[in-house]
Amino acid sequence: MAERVDSHQSTLRLEMRGVCKRFGATVALDDVGIKVATGRVLAMVGENGAGKSTLMKVLSGAIKPDAGQMWLDGLPYRPSNPLEARKAGVAMIYQELSLTPHLSVQENIMLGMEPTTLGVVRWKQVRRRAIEAIEEFDNPELTPDVRVSRLSVGSQQLVEIARALAIGCRTLVLDEPTSSLTQQDVERLFEIIGRLKRQGKAIVYISHFIEEVKRVADEVTVLRDGRVAGGGDVAAITIDEIIALMVGRQVEELYPRSTRHPGEVVLEVKDLAGVEKPRSASLQLHRGEVLGIAGLIGAGRTELLRSLFGLDPVRSGQIKLGLYAGPASPVRRWMQGAGILSENRKEEGLALALSVADNVTLSRLRGFGPLGLVLPGRQDRATRRWIKRLGIRCQGPRQSVLSLSGGNQQRVALARLLQHDVDVFLLDEPTRGIDVAAKALVYKLIDELAGGPRPKAILMVSSYLPELLGVCDRVAVMCRGKLGPTYRIDEIDEHKLMLEATGQAPGAPGREVKS
Amino acid sequence: MSNNQPPLTARLISVFRALYKQPSVKLILALVAIFLFFVVAMGVQEAVKIHRSNRNILAELAEAGVPPDERQKDRRLTSPWPEGYGASLRFLGRPNLEMIARHTTIVGIAALGMTMVIISGGIDLSVGSIIALSSVVIAWLLQYAGAGPWTAVLGGVAAGAFFGLVSGWLITRLRVVPFIVTLGMLLVVRGTAKGIAREQKIDVDMDRLMWLDELLASVPKERSWMLVPLGVWLLVVMAVVVAVLLRYTRLGRHIFAVGSNEETARLCGVAVERVKVTVFTLCGAFAGLAGLMQFSYLTVGDPTGAKGLELNVIAAVVIGGGSLAGGEGSILGTMVGALIMTVIDSGCFQMGLPNWVQEIITGVIIIVAVALDRLRHRSI
Repeated sequence: MAERVDSHQSTLRLEMRGVCKRFGATVALDDVGIKVATGRVLAMVGENGAGKSTLMKVLSGAIKPDAGQMWLDGLPYRPSNPLEARKAGVAMIYQELSLTPHLSVQENIMLGMEPTTLGVVRWKQVRRRAIEAIEEFDNPELTPDVRVSRLSVGSQQLVEIARALAIGCRTLVLDEPTSSLTQQDVERLFEIIGRLKRQGKAIVYISHFIEEVKRVADEVTVLRDGRVAGGGDVAAITIDEIIALMVGRQVEELYPRSTRHPGEVVLEVKDLAGVEKPRSASLQLHRGEVLGIAGLIGAGRTELLRSLFGLDPVRSGQIKLGLYAGPASPVRRWMQGAGILSENRKEEGLALALSVADNVTLSRLRGFGPLGLVLPGRQDRATRRWIKRLGIRCQGPRQSVLSLSGGNQQRVALARLLQHDVDVFLLDEPTRGIDVAAKALVYKLIDELAGGPRPKAILMVSSYLPELLGVCDRVAVMCRGKLGPTYRIDEIDEHKLMLEATGQAPGAPGREVKS
Repeated sequence: MSNNQPPLTARLISVFRALYKQPSVKLILALVAIFLFFVVAMGVQEAVKIHRSNRNILAELAEAGVPPDERQKDRRLTSPWPEGYGASLRFLGRPNLEMIARHTTIVGIAALGMTMVIISGGIDLSVGSIIALSSVVIAWLLQYAGAGPWTAVLGGVAAGAFFGLVSGWLITRLRVVPFIVTLGMLLVVRGTAKGIAREQKIDVDMDRLMWLDELLASVPKERSWMLVPLGVWLLVVMAVVVAVLLRYTRLGRHIFAVGSNEETARLCGVAVERVKVTVFTLCGAFAGLAGLMQFSYLTVGDPTGAKGLELNVIAAVVIGGGSLAGGEGSILGTMVGALIMTVIDSGCFQMGLPNWVQEIITGVIIIVAVALDRLRHRSI
């Protein structure tokens, strides 16, 4: 062993070579190799289904590869379960947080390795070690006694990282760590990643967000269809090149933009206030335009859409949808020609156990047969049209939505709005958790809807600023329940939006202040 | 249809495969298997019994000192296998089938409503009480109010529907889970029934019954073209109606949507509350109808009857593939589930097995059926 430890090898923390894995007929991984050195961040990018999660499962010992080898610090590394991987110093921070919400921060950090005397937990030591683990994060929200369920998602993630560090993990695998974080928390996370790097930890960073990868990673490896499609030093590769590697073709224009001709106002909101959020919101949405709403998570954007749609109660203010100004309920809104796409596909947007056809037609089960009957054949026929148009990958209209991938599920949810033929689209995070190809389709669809021969009006909430700037005609920012003024897309940039979203922009509307 | 179709056998095989994938087809196969098991078991049991008695007779004769040749000629000896065959045929025969059908009717009718409730993600524990109430109301109307049979029937069903409506209303307005609300209603309705009946059975004079006692009575010879009594036909017709309602109407699709994901349904403009109230009302009405059957069977309004029957009803739905989490279930499955339970009951009874064995077997079947169903889900 001694001869392996030369100066180059000693900095190489983790190496995988020739890893293969098949599930039945599908090849999940084919001859995949990666290297991560100490103090470096390797980003893994790829579309959904490219093999990222399988690779991570191999790394964490959750599944065994069919072939290939792994080394950790120059020694063969063959974990047979996640616990062994942790003991070897490799920790996974998963997308779905695996904390126990009812326990406190310190209990969570020390869970499963509480120091005890004769079975009695030594709380002082628990507390000391927990404080050690969290103090470097420098986060006021994180105190040892607070219940984890009361923390924000970002802080919960830090608890998870603290737990990994507390047991001495030196290799961290972060799986989509920012997907549910606010911009502020993302910044904080990046800072912490930088700090961990300087401490000599090796980090594997899996993400959909390529801009993020450019910022945080040193190297990038792109997976496509279970193979390494390319990669290298982050400094030497452009975003377009990464996307091209991911999708296997050049995406000339991720955000198509046809000329749009805004028409009459179809949705007018005046001083709308809900029970808690939104606190006040006013906007005008025209036919033939895409209006974006930016802001941090928790700013009240979802609540705004929900109260517009009658899903959340309205305390005061006026909503005028087309000609209708009366009270709102989802039933009425659908009849008035509005449709909503939920940000929460799995829990709210779709009935997962039901078929594609049922999900697509649920909001309007009319016209599928005589006497108000709903004939499955006609439902299927209507659905097939959207399966074809949106390229939904499924066995047929009767397949249950549960077994579809995220991107395809989102297409089903969008198909419902199209099938209903709504005029006003309320889209809440329409591209959350879907792969690049599906995102491209959503952007194209939005553009076609807004700029087509029968232009629609689209109100779109997104936390992803490049997307808002790419797709929308106008953007407004929501901050702490208040909706700010709308800006034309050419008078604003990411930086300004971010300042306003974090409440740091000088207050009044029509501000001329330059920073 | 294209010209180059695969050969007939291949097509048949694929049709069978597709059929086999249907959960209710598997259930029907299970029903047939259980039924055939009893047919065979009944025959074997009879044959063994005869064989034993033959042996005893021979032994007796031997003790009495009858020579071997003479012993075989004893009149009491019968051949075991034809007798066993006869016993099997009896279980397969029309009277037995008719009896199974009659015995399934009460649970079956109540299970129609319960299927809807369970698909919508709810549960109704009050159906047993509603059945008793309905029978009491019918008897009371006939005996004391001088009502005709139609009025009485309508009264019974309306009483059931009313209490279903109350349950649904409480569930949606007070936002209390169905389990608790209907648990409460179980007592409320039972108490109401006892109050109406003054805590005793209401006997109805024969001349006031008219046709009401014929609904579940064995079919008389001269009307053998009916195959099964009117009540069973009512169950069949109602089952078809509810199956069509669930599969081909807006309400039906909404019931599935609410049960599958209430939030999605609300988001899609389904009037979730109205769907729930409707479903519970229908369930109450069907329980009322089951109460009519109960009354017809006993010709007595018994406020303490049908105790615990709600559990049989729920079991029928659950064996039939209904998921207590909502979104799943079918009328065909429920009917088969109800039949499976009756077949086991009557099979065990006719084999002379004690009641406790019967109960254990039914309990095991419920757990196995649901466990198999879960397994199927996991493999998808």
